Amino acid sequence: MKILVSIKRVIDYNVKVRVKADNSGVDLANVKMSMNPFCEIAVEEAVRLKERSIKEGRVATEIVVVSIGPTTAQEQLRTALGLGADRAILVESAEELTSLAVAKLLKAVVDNEQPQLVILGKQAIDSDNNQTGQMLAALTGYGQGTFASKVEVSGDSVAVTREIDGGAQTVSLKLPAIVTTDLRLNEPRYASLPNIMKAKKKPLEVLTPDALGVSTASTNKTIKVEAPAARSAGIKVKSVAELVEKLKNEAKVI
Amino acid sequence: MTILVIAEHDNKVLAPATLNTVAAAAKIGGDIHVLVAGQGAGAVAEAAAKIAGVSKVLNADNAAYAHQLPENVAPLVAELGAGYSHILAAATSNGKNILPRVAAQLDVDQISEIISVESADTFKRPIYAGNAIATVQSTASVKVITVRATGFDPVAAEGGSAAVEAVAAAHDAGTSSFVGEELAKSDRPELTAAKIVVSGGRGMQNGDNFKHLYALADKLGAAVGASRAAVDAGFVPNDMQVGQTGKIVAPQLYIAVGISGAIQHLAGMKDSKVIVAINKDEEAPIFQVADYGLVADLFEAVPELEKLV
Repeated sequence: MKILVSIKRVIDYNVKVRVKADNSGVDLANVKMSMNPFCEIAVEEAVRLKERSIKEGRVATEIVVVSIGPTTAQEQLRTALGLGADRAILVESAEELTSLAVAKLLKAVVDNEQPQLVILGKQAIDSDNNQTGQMLAALTGYGQGTFASKVEVSGDSVAVTREIDGGAQTVSLKLPAIVTTDLRLNEPRYASLPNIMKAKKKPLEVLTPDALGVSTASTNKTIKVEAPAARSAGIKVKSVAELVEKLKNEAKVI
Repeated sequence: MTILVIAEHDNKVLAPATLNTVAAAAKIGGDIHVLVAGQGAGAVAEAAAKIAGVSKVLNADNAAYAHQLPENVAPLVAELGAGYSHILAAATSNGKNILPRVAAQLDVDQISEIISVESADTFKRPIYAGNAIATVQSTASVKVITVRATGFDPVAAEGGSAAVEAVAAAHDAGTSSFVGEELAKSDRPELTAAKIVVSGGRGMQNGDNFKHLYALADKLGAAVGASRAAVDAGFVPNDMQVGQTGKIVAPQLYIAVGISGAIQHLAGMKDSKVIVAINKDEEAPIFQVADYGLVADLFEAVPELEKLV
């Protein structure tokens, strides 16, 4: 089985973001960048599926990891290779792309690679869109298992348990299929030093949107990015009695 | 301009988030139609017809739509929606699952989780876990949008008298099937719709200690939420998680107990009207957003609070 995993280079989740003074966007200069946390879970799941298939004596699984973004996204691809992916593809694009443009580029990669399973994170923590996996599923015509907390491949189908508003739901999808990961799917491992060294020798192919024949034109335009309205400073109360009094008489919420 | 709103429902009851989505549609302006896609969801269609401001309800009744599988519902929405100026759905797990698939089929970009309508083509939405607000303009012929329910006050559930029209279109892609579901049972109000939310974090120490929060919540008529730390530690099920990756709430009163206030959690609750923090660490970041902070041991403060309210 071949598994394609899509990853994104984003601002590290621990960084407190600052909006630029000219409201053109968020200041990313000299800020720590990392692999999107949901993408780490996607890589981990692919590696676990591969380990399971080796243990059960099935045909070896190949993991191809792909990122769409700037040249520097090679760092995140190398990280994924260090975690167990076999080879990497970077579709290089300096501009910021919408989810639809990314989905179209991934569709072109899927057409070339013909994976049985594509795993993505459920959302990127920068744009918070939660769109790409679903859009890729629409473009390929594959079934989608979004917000996955459990993935079980058997024969020519995959059972995906999904986190939904009231609890959990399980769906069965015909392969090939698209899966997007939720937080509780697994706990990603760390890359060991020997594996990081080995990852440097693994193949990394660089493509461009033009080479894939994909237009990345967009119908969305960001006009302005602002800091959210700040909450006015609160007060510290000394006792529960004082808290109840304030909630009843000052805030009038109970 | 005519706007298509996708109804959120479970084939029996129309979910309240639909009313917030209709409110966003009303801000855009124009005729509002509601699509009910499901199986045997006649009561939902009747409820949708009564929503104030709705002029038509489309009822697509088919076994293929019974569990809202996106492979089947998205082609239906794309087919019907192509003639509309806007397609709106609530940013619930269903809306998020289906709508991007619709947008890609229509070859347009989607705008996710809007919190305000600036004009018919311009919207505001939070990015970077709510640490920045982007104003986005769409030039798409059909604008495909999910709506963050807490950004819009719901319209009245009664007062409308729209006609219900049956839709015959049946799409069954045959690529997916429903296996089963496990829903968490709760008698308390739904988290995203509750006026008061009491949430616990890692400071609760174990699942059993959440009984203190349940007791307080029952006294207040509140829903109970949790931080990711509490969910990951196995104290409570994950559908109680409030945050960037869980539920977004904006109640009148949010009481955070034993929650430090990580960025991820704040993204899910910082639009609450009044925030109360109870934490024994006076340096906890939660105190920076709390209107009323109490530095105290929660195991003493919560039972006392329950007694006094």
